[in-house]
Amino acid sequence: MTTSADMTGTPGERAEQPPDADDAPVRGLWRQGVEVFCEDRLALVGVAIFLLLAGVCFLGPLFYHTDQVHTDLAAVFLSPGAPGHPLGTDGVGYDQLGRLMLGGQTSIIVGLAAGVLATAVGTVWGAVAGFVGGWVDAAMMRVVDAMMAIPSLFLFMLMATIVTPTVPMLILIIGAFAWLGPARLVRGEALTLRAREYIQAMRSMGGTGGRAVRRHIVPNAIGTVIVNATFQVADAILYVAYLSFLGLGVPPPAANWGGMLADGLADTYSGHWWLLYPPGIAIILIVLACNFIGGGLRDAFEVRLRRR
Amino acid sequence: MVRYLTMRLGQALIVVVLVTVITFVILHVLPGGAARATLGKDATLDQLAAFNHDMGYDQSLVRQYFLYVGRLLHGDLGYSYQLNQSVTEAIGQRLPKTMLLSLLSTLLAVVVAIPLGVIQAVRRNRWPDYTITSLSLLAYATPIFFLGLMMIILFSQVWPILPAEAPQGFTLGEVLSDPAGLILPTITLAIVTIAVYSRYVRSSMIDNLNENYVRTARSKGMPEWRVVLVHTLRNGLFPVITLLGMYLPALFSGALVVESLFNFPGMGRLFWQSALKRDFPILLGVTLIISVATVLGTLVADLLYAAVDPRVRLRGRAS
Repeated sequence: MTTSADMTGTPGERAEQPPDADDAPVRGLWRQGVEVFCEDRLALVGVAIFLLLAGVCFLGPLFYHTDQVHTDLAAVFLSPGAPGHPLGTDGVGYDQLGRLMLGGQTSIIVGLAAGVLATAVGTVWGAVAGFVGGWVDAAMMRVVDAMMAIPSLFLFMLMATIVTPTVPMLILIIGAFAWLGPARLVRGEALTLRAREYIQAMRSMGGTGGRAVRRHIVPNAIGTVIVNATFQVADAILYVAYLSFLGLGVPPPAANWGGMLADGLADTYSGHWWLLYPPGIAIILIVLACNFIGGGLRDAFEVRLRRR
Repeated sequence: MVRYLTMRLGQALIVVVLVTVITFVILHVLPGGAARATLGKDATLDQLAAFNHDMGYDQSLVRQYFLYVGRLLHGDLGYSYQLNQSVTEAIGQRLPKTMLLSLLSTLLAVVVAIPLGVIQAVRRNRWPDYTITSLSLLAYATPIFFLGLMMIILFSQVWPILPAEAPQGFTLGEVLSDPAGLILPTITLAIVTIAVYSRYVRSSMIDNLNENYVRTARSKGMPEWRVVLVHTLRNGLFPVITLLGMYLPALFSGALVVESLFNFPGMGRLFWQSALKRDFPILLGVTLIISVATVLGTLVADLLYAAVDPRVRLRGRAS
């Protein structure tokens, strides 16, 4: 298990010096980026998978009504194709297809919200540390080092034993500890950016540090940040799955794909494959989709990589 | 080198101190406080007060922190009343086994990932590269327990050649005496690691293959295999040493899941079972030890890197 940052934080990409792209008009860069993104078939496939899964999970229940609150012990472990249950039912009689939609909602909401939260916190932390520099930077980064030294899953489980892991709590827990990666990334960007002439010019005209961070550092690092955010979403979805597998996921009747998959494990030996593979494949698909989108965005918006 | 060493050691020390601050804070936000968390829900108020007094929890926070660190330095991580065992002893019995599992799968991952990464770099943007990249992405996107389960279904049900459960020995020797049981957990933990490592080797090799010294070697008429395997590989593998350190937290998180799935009697499973029982002395003890292990591992990796690559230590800046 890993963090996606590891998958992308390759030495070459870091080593390369950013070419001067300041002359190009901003809108041009964005349009160019969108064009590059649209030519990336894998990225488009990622967007399609993500939209499809999200669409089915959030809009599906409007057309496909199931009872996901009351158990029905008369209809447990029905095979797929049973009347009214195209994907069968689980051990307490919940319709599996309806449950997949419900579980997908949780997984996607937690993934997106935790990813956004982690990215926002990390961006501010990293931008301030990198821009201020000196002992403030050293202190802030040692805090990041210390938290990074604690393997995240151990930290998440520890928190999940202290508070009840409801959906908002899961978002808070994951978001509160997943910001370390973005913080390091943005700090690196800020370190290179603050030496640039236009920031020095702004400061010599009396601009404050806060203005430099808000108006220059964060907007310039935004490409890196957005790319990282997509990987954060993928990670958060996996973390929820791990927490559920370890028995500390959202309590029923709520559901998420990770929890369904973990429950499905118990049914492996009874041959109830429809409880195991659909949530497993759903998780793989959505994590892959996030990675495809992230890869496409990286090619499109991290200008320094465009040459490669 | 001495300067780099001192600086890096100092940093590691600060990080360890900060980790103790974090565990100390968590100890104090526990529901009902540390006393309730240690003694359980049936403890009377008198018992709680006595415990708080014994541990110094009725004193000022700063003083408590120093008492806490003092106990840690004496190897006292607390006492688990649920296991009726000191936390140090409980962890001491399981830590070597977790280290064994982590070491084995890291070794396997390195041995497999380096050739894969080299092949990808040499055949860049051709089918071997695409195939390996796709498989890496797939491995990365699969929850590790699902992957482990697939392995169990494949290799101990459909084609029953390997046991589905990890060795249950109490000591390291007993675990090692059942090597067949170690295979599936090791491979499962290694697969995701391979995905990450090979990707890293790939891009590091690609960077180095574009360097001038490679062009020089080629223009001298050196055979391509020698350029790749002798000249480029040496330089391309240096960054992988740091990756070994950087990847440790993820490796331990993975071990937590793998140990729980395969019922491997290591520190991860201890942590998992303690989490379900809300056995906080153990939880905090494991968290602390696993973090110190991470810091030490990262430190060793960084120092190794500096030892083999003078560019790092001469630049004189870490992180």
